[in-house]
Amino acid sequence: MANPVNRSRWVIWSAFALVMALAPQVFNSGLGITVLSQMGIAIIACLSYNMLFGQGGMLSFGHAVYTGLGSFMAIHALNAATTGGLPLPVALVPLAGGLAGLGFAVLFGFVTTRKSGTTFAMITLGLGELVFAMSLMVPEFFGGEGGVSGNRMVRDGLWGITFGPQIQVYYLIAIYTLVCVAAMFAFTRTPLGRMLNAVRDNPERVEFVGYDTQRVRYLAFIIAGFFAGISGGLAALNFEIVTAEVVGAARSGGYLLFTFLGGATFFFGPILGAILMVLAFVLFSEFTRAWLLYLGLIFLLMVMFAPGGFASLIMMNVRVASFGRLRSLLLPYLGLAVTGLVMLVGGTSLVEMVYHLQLNQSEGPTFTYLGITLNVASMSNWLGAGVVLALGAGLFDLVRRRFMREGSVVQVAIEADVKRQGAPR
Amino acid sequence: MNALELKGLRKSFGKTEIIRGVDLAIQAGERVGVIGPNGAGKSTLFNLISGRLRPSSGEVRLNGKRIDGLKPYEINRLGLSRSFQITNIFPKLSVFENLRCSVLWSLGYKYSFWRFLANLHDANQRAEKLMQMIRLDGKHDVLAMNLTYAEQRALEIGITIGGGSDVILLDEPTAGMSRSETARFIELIKEVTVGKTLLTVEHDMGVVFGLADKIAVVVYGEVLAFDTPDAVRSNARVQEAYLGSSVADAQVGEH
Repeated sequence: MANPVNRSRWVIWSAFALVMALAPQVFNSGLGITVLSQMGIAIIACLSYNMLFGQGGMLSFGHAVYTGLGSFMAIHALNAATTGGLPLPVALVPLAGGLAGLGFAVLFGFVTTRKSGTTFAMITLGLGELVFAMSLMVPEFFGGEGGVSGNRMVRDGLWGITFGPQIQVYYLIAIYTLVCVAAMFAFTRTPLGRMLNAVRDNPERVEFVGYDTQRVRYLAFIIAGFFAGISGGLAALNFEIVTAEVVGAARSGGYLLFTFLGGATFFFGPILGAILMVLAFVLFSEFTRAWLLYLGLIFLLMVMFAPGGFASLIMMNVRVASFGRLRSLLLPYLGLAVTGLVMLVGGTSLVEMVYHLQLNQSEGPTFTYLGITLNVASMSNWLGAGVVLALGAGLFDLVRRRFMREGSVVQVAIEADVKRQGAPR
Repeated sequence: MNALELKGLRKSFGKTEIIRGVDLAIQAGERVGVIGPNGAGKSTLFNLISGRLRPSSGEVRLNGKRIDGLKPYEINRLGLSRSFQITNIFPKLSVFENLRCSVLWSLGYKYSFWRFLANLHDANQRAEKLMQMIRLDGKHDVLAMNLTYAEQRALEIGITIGGGSDVILLDEPTAGMSRSETARFIELIKEVTVGKTLLTVEHDMGVVFGLADKIAVVVYGEVLAFDTPDAVRSNARVQEAYLGSSVADAQVGEH
């Protein structure tokens, strides 16, 4: 049993490395490489967040404190290095961020991890606000409104690596991402990593098998802080400017939201979440002004219908496929997709019209959405969009019922298979 | 030396005194059944010994060392382990992981994050062995929350004995089980606690008399009697307070 598992693990990690190595060849535009760089940074941040949230059951509302303070320390380290005071290679600047994240986690975590559950969440929220307020009060360190900027360029770098071109920074980020993801995955296989799961599941019982739950939480918090700091350090190198918003509540909320969307119950879930986060912030936000509304809706639907996030949806289907029963779900899936799309077109048309009415009235009553010219002054346009939405929703619900029936049939069949021959490994 | 000793143990919640001066000395290797009517303070007594609650006054000694006021994990590290009346396991971990969690500290792995669990052969072997002992070896990868009730109770025992503690406290191990399950389960408990000092809270009289060398009768926060089963059964005060009820007679008769 061990060998196939090891082999598939090798395949997965090699594929991951390969994807990161080749991605800039595919998305080779300036925007593409920028987005990829930010994805690497976000992946480390979300995985470190999930160390607390998914693996330790610690709902933190202040994770940006550790990524953000890591960013600030890293940009100061970078400036100290470029002005010649500090003999630190630019490639190691993210580690300075990591150490800062670790240090602040040692300091703040001592307070926050004494409590669990709601109290923990409240304290992290308070600490986040505190640090954000501090950032505006101490401009010497945080740079005030304008933030702190730096210059990552090395004059005559080894092998021509100057970190001037974005692609070189991307590969630096990619290497850090690969190492950090591997390290955080390894963490889940260690005694501390497993006891962290135990603390999440049942802290009381953990105390009766010899472990101090506070200590387990504290150590995990420190380790998560370290990786968060590395992510922040990479962000500092990537953007060459760090402003106060990096420690803000919005950033912390983003980590929570997208880690959840990606799926906190599987290790790879936050990776999906991080990719979605960058896509949403960089691309989706360009596409529509209503993106935050859509994001909120997606989050809402996810919490209600798929609390395991995208990762659990994927794994559910992988399970069905491993029993060779995905085929019977293909048709219902197609139906869901088509009717869902109709519903989406109707719904988003309405939303876009409302946004246009409220924000872009000066540009006239008409605008183009999905290749269709919509007129907010025309009643028929509103009615049309409404009808499309209603029609889509009605059909979607019909198909959904059908899908649920089909799905439960498949589940029953799989249960029977498991009883007969055991789960496939 | 006594494995476990309670001296003048008292516990109050507000003005209500729940444990009213308990003295008890249990020798190493003894199997003690703790019985008493509902609300007598049996579970509270266990909570005081295991560190879940802090005594208002009095002493608890484990192998001569005072443990009252210590944290549960400190007491556990000194060699005392307990189970719970309401199943208290790690629901989202597999049976194997549940058991492995229970053995890690005792094997000295502490909070280490520089070693892989897969390479901890002694811990893995011990977890496998525990799994066989509690007859769950066919359920290696099943999540604890998907086990049947009886299996969860067995896992509860497995986690309790996992760390190899010498003193074991079982709080109503057969609570909620059917009669046939109970009988089998008692055999299991006897088997896995060989050579250990055992304290069991039980409601079922038959179970206690079958399992224990000595019986402690707790009534209204005091130990009414502490003696061999036969002596306890014939103790007039005990009969009056507790055993005299027809329910208890019926239970004893059935076993």
